[in-house]
Amino acid sequence: MSRKSFRQAINEALRQEMRRDPRVILMGEDVAGGRGGTSGVKDAWGGVLGVTKGLLTEFGEDRVLDTPITEASYIGAAAGAAATGLRPVAELMFVDFIGCCLDQIMNQAAKFRYMFGGKARTPLVIRAMYGAGFNAAAQHSQALYPLFTHIPGLKVVVPSSPYEAKGLLIEAIRDDDPVIFLENKVMYDDEEDVPDEPYTIPFGEANLTREGDDVTIVAFGRMVNLANQAADRLEKDGISCTVIDPRTTSPLDTGTILDCVADTGRLVIVDESSPRCNLATDVAALVAEEAFDALKAPIRRVVPPHTPVPFATVLENLYMPSVEKIEAAVRSVAAYRVKEEA
Amino acid sequence: MQISRDILTRSYRAMRTIRDFEERLHVEFATGEIPGFVHLYCGEEASGVGVCAHLSDTDTIASTHRGHGHCIAKGVAVDGMMAEIYGRQTGVCRGKGGSMHIADLSLGMLGANGIVGGGPPLICGAALSHKLLKDNGVAVAFYGDGASNEGSTLESLNLATVWQLPAVFVVEDNGYGEATGASYACAGTQKDRAAGFGMPYFECDGTDFFAVYETAGEAIAHARSGKGPAMLHVHLSRWYGHFEGDAMTYRAEGEVARERAEHDCLVNFRKHVTEISLLEASALDDIDAAVKSEIDAAVAAAKVAPLPEEADLMRDVYVSY
Repeated sequence: MSRKSFRQAINEALRQEMRRDPRVILMGEDVAGGRGGTSGVKDAWGGVLGVTKGLLTEFGEDRVLDTPITEASYIGAAAGAAATGLRPVAELMFVDFIGCCLDQIMNQAAKFRYMFGGKARTPLVIRAMYGAGFNAAAQHSQALYPLFTHIPGLKVVVPSSPYEAKGLLIEAIRDDDPVIFLENKVMYDDEEDVPDEPYTIPFGEANLTREGDDVTIVAFGRMVNLANQAADRLEKDGISCTVIDPRTTSPLDTGTILDCVADTGRLVIVDESSPRCNLATDVAALVAEEAFDALKAPIRRVVPPHTPVPFATVLENLYMPSVEKIEAAVRSVAAYRVKEEA
Repeated sequence: MQISRDILTRSYRAMRTIRDFEERLHVEFATGEIPGFVHLYCGEEASGVGVCAHLSDTDTIASTHRGHGHCIAKGVAVDGMMAEIYGRQTGVCRGKGGSMHIADLSLGMLGANGIVGGGPPLICGAALSHKLLKDNGVAVAFYGDGASNEGSTLESLNLATVWQLPAVFVVEDNGYGEATGASYACAGTQKDRAAGFGMPYFECDGTDFFAVYETAGEAIAHARSGKGPAMLHVHLSRWYGHFEGDAMTYRAEGEVARERAEHDCLVNFRKHVTEISLLEASALDDIDAAVKSEIDAAVAAAKVAPLPEEADLMRDVYVSY
């Protein structure tokens, strides 16, 4: 066990899985970083934010493949390689670039197992960065996990901490289905204690980061951290919260969510993605349909406005869910009282 | 080029099977019993068969909407294909894929594809697998003149060259992307496109099995030798519409009839092999009869095969926990 950043945890997961299984390969733009450059420095970058740095040096050019900036061909190549015996981990860089290659994910990789009658395996991992808070503006800041969650056949992972990232990524690489693994770029320098040895965290099993009696908070990815900070503040005022980190949006651990709502009777959902047809609406619909009788207050969603992500810090801060907004939402549902019937 | 009797016999049988399979589908589709879309390969048989004659089960192909011919050429069983097209549980994809998605990965058949330009990127990946797993395999993307204009295809030509992949890009140019002529829709030439990516270019008459066999052999040998990808441009004629039910009002009257009369790859094959005594007419007749029985049996079996069950709806989305 040692202290590792989110970036180091992901790098370590990749390194350990590449050592364990020679079929695991990496591909993406600049994942080797420096191919064709004039400095002669190998492994100069390790991806645009340095997550794969050092892996070219250890595993060589056959297993750490720089690609041209052509997402359709290399994401498709990753799908084709996965269907024919390799276990590629492809880096899409910013998830916003999905527009260039969605067909290969949505119509090819996601559908092989079902469409071919269960006779195809596609052990593909696509890593991509998501999230606002970096002043990266509208084309580099989206939280598109609902888009992938919407597509049957994809598994979608949104890790909330370095520990979670390592265990979930190793699980993703060993999984025989296409997995979209989304890393919040604001979290890369977050640190916590992470085991040095490989370990896995199963998909479809939510993590309760705290348990309380009054309000259930379901939060995704980086929002888990904000939800816990809000819960700390609320605890001082005697409002105790359960915070659920679903870890994967597909499969989704609906059982844990329903059980917790049954206990607390109140639900706040925190989702960084744009609000229409997102995870918050999905979870709200689930609870409205399956646990209506348990609800003591309306469900509240803490989500951004339905706009592209703005650039200016002041606007981006307004756009994002925050500890304060979560806290306010929890207070409002905690204070809610059903009106007496006349 | 010397071709063994075995290859000639198998190739003729594959072409005859495609022809009969497709002509029969044309008839059966009109009865309304076959669900969905069907896109026929009839007239293009020599292309798929001439290319796949150089491939084994360890080689990979990706196909198109018009995939029945490639499936048969790669060895996918006709009864499983027919059942699939009828939407039956006994289909090669258990009734989940239908005509546009027939695949058999155990034979290196990576699937027909409902997306124009969907196959070339996948073939880059299959070629990468062959290269890294060192199995001496090659990967072949069949795609049409329509798909040759897709960005995914052009990106794949680039990637295959950058990575020096054992890949062959086979442009099956039947002159039409759906209803729009290649003369209108394809800028420049396929040859210049190959040259633009530094890729060797081969070209042949796709109605002549022997021309396809010989030229494809050169293109595939190039890719298999580790010298990187190649492009094979096959000139073809499509005998039916883009899909079944297409009245082909965009084509000149008599165009298809003339192609059928003058450029039938099966007639050409029979003429050639019997004239120079490579195969006897009686041997070809025997194949014709055997194939006819096989197709009859496949259709009869498909029509009475069980339909998928309710539990099949949720099965195989992904592995669940």
